[in-house]
Amino acid sequence: MTQPLEILPSRAASIVEAGQAGGSVRCGKVSVAGSVSQRACVFCGSRVVLYPIADALHLVHGPIGCAAYTWDIRGAQSSGPQLFRNSFSTDLQELDVIYGGEKKLERALRELIAKHKPKAAFVYGTCIVGLIGDDVAAVCKRLSAETGIPVLPVASEGFKGTKKDGYKAACEALYKLIGTGDTSEISPLSINLMGDFNIAGESWVIREYFERMGIQVVATITGDGRVDAIRRCHGAKLNLVQCSGSMTHLAKKMHEEHGIPFKRVSFFGIEDMSAALYDVAKFFGGEELMDKARAVVRDEVAKIYPQLRAWRDDLHGKKAAVYVGGAFKAFSLVRALRTLGMRTAVVGTQTGDADDYNTLREMCDPGTIIVDDSNPIELAKFCLEQDVDLFIGGVKERPIAYKLGIGFCDHNHERKECLAGFVGMLNFGREVHASVMSPVWNFVPRRAAKRGTTPVTSTPKSKEAVA
Amino acid sequence: MSCSSCTTQPLAPEVFGAEGEHPDFPNGSTNPCKLCTPLGACLAFKGIAGAVPLLHGSQGCATYIRRYLISHFREPVDIASTNFSEDTAVFGGRKNLHTALDNVGRQYRPELVGIATTCLSETMGENMPMLLGEYRAEARDLPPEAERPELVHVSTPSFKGTHASGFHAAVRAIVTALAGTESPGATAESRLAIFPGMVSPEDLRHLRDFCAAWGEDAITLVPDYSETLDGPSWANFIRTPPGGTTIDELRALSHAKAALELGHSLATAPITAGTHLKTKFSVPLHRLGLPIGVRANDAFCTALAEATGRELPERIAAERGRLLDSYVDAHKYLAGKKAIVYGEDDLVAGLTVFLAETGVVPVLVASGERNGRLAEAIFTAAPELRNRIEVREGSDFGEIEQRIEELKPDLLIGSSKGYKLARSLGVPLVRCGFPVHDRLGAQRIRLLGYGGTQQLFDRIVNALLEAKQEHSDIGYSYL
Repeated sequence: MTQPLEILPSRAASIVEAGQAGGSVRCGKVSVAGSVSQRACVFCGSRVVLYPIADALHLVHGPIGCAAYTWDIRGAQSSGPQLFRNSFSTDLQELDVIYGGEKKLERALRELIAKHKPKAAFVYGTCIVGLIGDDVAAVCKRLSAETGIPVLPVASEGFKGTKKDGYKAACEALYKLIGTGDTSEISPLSINLMGDFNIAGESWVIREYFERMGIQVVATITGDGRVDAIRRCHGAKLNLVQCSGSMTHLAKKMHEEHGIPFKRVSFFGIEDMSAALYDVAKFFGGEELMDKARAVVRDEVAKIYPQLRAWRDDLHGKKAAVYVGGAFKAFSLVRALRTLGMRTAVVGTQTGDADDYNTLREMCDPGTIIVDDSNPIELAKFCLEQDVDLFIGGVKERPIAYKLGIGFCDHNHERKECLAGFVGMLNFGREVHASVMSPVWNFVPRRAAKRGTTPVTSTPKSKEAVA
Repeated sequence: MSCSSCTTQPLAPEVFGAEGEHPDFPNGSTNPCKLCTPLGACLAFKGIAGAVPLLHGSQGCATYIRRYLISHFREPVDIASTNFSEDTAVFGGRKNLHTALDNVGRQYRPELVGIATTCLSETMGENMPMLLGEYRAEARDLPPEAERPELVHVSTPSFKGTHASGFHAAVRAIVTALAGTESPGATAESRLAIFPGMVSPEDLRHLRDFCAAWGEDAITLVPDYSETLDGPSWANFIRTPPGGTTIDELRALSHAKAALELGHSLATAPITAGTHLKTKFSVPLHRLGLPIGVRANDAFCTALAEATGRELPERIAAERGRLLDSYVDAHKYLAGKKAIVYGEDDLVAGLTVFLAETGVVPVLVASGERNGRLAEAIFTAAPELRNRIEVREGSDFGEIEQRIEELKPDLLIGSSKGYKLARSLGVPLVRCGFPVHDRLGAQRIRLLGYGGTQQLFDRIVNALLEAKQEHSDIGYSYL
């Protein structure tokens, strides 16, 4: 028996089609209970932003789960200290919940700071800390005075909002560091890279482009992050904000308090990467700087273009579904897919806002499905209806694609491939091509059925197959 | 270089962490050797036909647990959440729970919803039986085909126990809720019930084959995620993957001909799915270790012989013979080699008892579990290890690392989370248990039965041979 896949009535307003009239996408709301959202929680937002600060101690205050699930999963690299790749937790037990966890937190901080000598410590509050009423801020203040390093509470109780609120809590913690370091010897041509997390060394790639233009990168926040660099980053003359969802809050605060302007950029795809370099050249002014930017773009594009063209011949006309955390990445991916000759047929994000979805509606071809805070059943339905050849998402989306015989590219923080910058575009093209053009799709049931070839043995009968 | 590692040093008799917090770690955990209780419950629910797990708490719990399970099994793992907000935490989760159950019903048409609590809802003191009772009693505005699924609730506060205890608690909850609830006059056949514990899909399949070799095809495995978490490619979207223990099988457990419950540590737990069937329905219960190694498999076979009234099948006897033959072939490669074994309590107990048969010394056995049963479970099954090895409960990798220098292991056996340590030591890691996030085929790792032990044994021997070869200046290709 086949049944149509049902969209929950409460979810309908979060789905639109490009080229169709209609109201704006319902977004920015808490997920519908029981919908199997692909989102995480406030804690996840904070942890994602702060995790790459390599010389800090990251202590998760709560039962073991939150610390365990975020232990050394991501591809964020450090050129030096590896302290951040450990998982530290107060591992709260039943008695701690009854009597309070402050003393345990204090002991843990004291012991861990003495042992690992971090430059700063972040203390993440988890769900039950908000309930049992531990005064995390007071403990942090005490330990900061005692140890002489900044010990910063991160108000990241999972239920107190969405992932975006977690970003904000992380920005608030970071902001306490900013402005406390020495800004001498910072060039007038200087920037901070914000919202790049140095997945597979991406921050290093981007930093090198700017250095070739003669621009100093004061701090990378937070990819390959260092506490001392963050302390002095208010000496930079411009903030470049990639992954706008996570860092715009901090950039705005720095603008207000330190007068540093910011620009939203993306480092994914040839167009957006080039635009980021040109924007910075334009900001500082002068034909010489612009020439340097052009030279970087020219040299880098020349290195990758012949190969991209070859792949484009194979990929021309193929369709993709994109489901990612933030909207800026979605914009870049729609453009990067076009560079490869592909069309985006489904695009969604976990945290986009109304403006973001309007932008997607304008930039995507008519008929493209645009969705906020989707779930596995919806994503599967859209992929089948649009008959896509590729899914770009994270680990949680991967089995949806693979089970249905669809290629996949991991564009989330767990990946270990560099996808930013010009070299990243080359890697992206290689990965997309490798997956979409793989011979394995000739054999998977959904594709085989389409070609009318009958498999030798039928696949096990499911209880319920859905058209 | 290799000589020093061959000597067996007398080891101090030590059992740590059995009660309360470990004295070295009163302050928390560094690099945990456990996950939280709701994860285990979700895994158990995934082994019930047509079931969808639902976590009563924040959205993040479901998402993190999904990602962790997906990375291991490489299969879709849909887990719903009641998605608490600040209001929910203040006013209670009734509305969210009821909405979530409606939406899970609409989207998945499940036969069972497995509801597990989290640290948040447990700390709030949510009265789950009452909330679910209210839901059952209320008329719901649902499509007719979304028939009311069975609702099974398990209490899994993450501040108590580990993913392994969450798994066992969910199995117990499922059996307690459903066994003996068949409609009057139902005449289901009397089957053999097996509670296999947290084993791989391949091992679940193997348990069926193993019993089939005894002529016993009527097996109820609880849970059985052998297909739901290791299934074929799909022609169409499938809401809940086929496979799993059916509700009818669960109802009929009350007149199972016998129950086999696997896990050396679980065997001394006061209340389990098996003890429930025994006390309430007088189902004969065999409490055994995981069948890894000759002794544990012999015990498993003895229980099967008793339950089925049949003798050891030739095919199984041949497997046993081959395993013993390989023990002999490899004994000098293994003599005195020191292994650190870590993971779930029943897994490490099973591995340790097996290693002791081969000449490998399991110098340190560590589990994140802290129920006070592990050491005795091991020493009861392998008395020769008493006073010779360290057994640590409530342990983590931070603690294991502290013991490395003194213990100088030749080998690590456990999840992929030990890779960092194995790499820094330059010793092989034989991957098994949960999670295995850095290799393909975690679903298909076999440990159970004489045949599964054979595969594990070969992997261990070859890992040590490979290490020896790699560390040799000459590089013989003939060993």
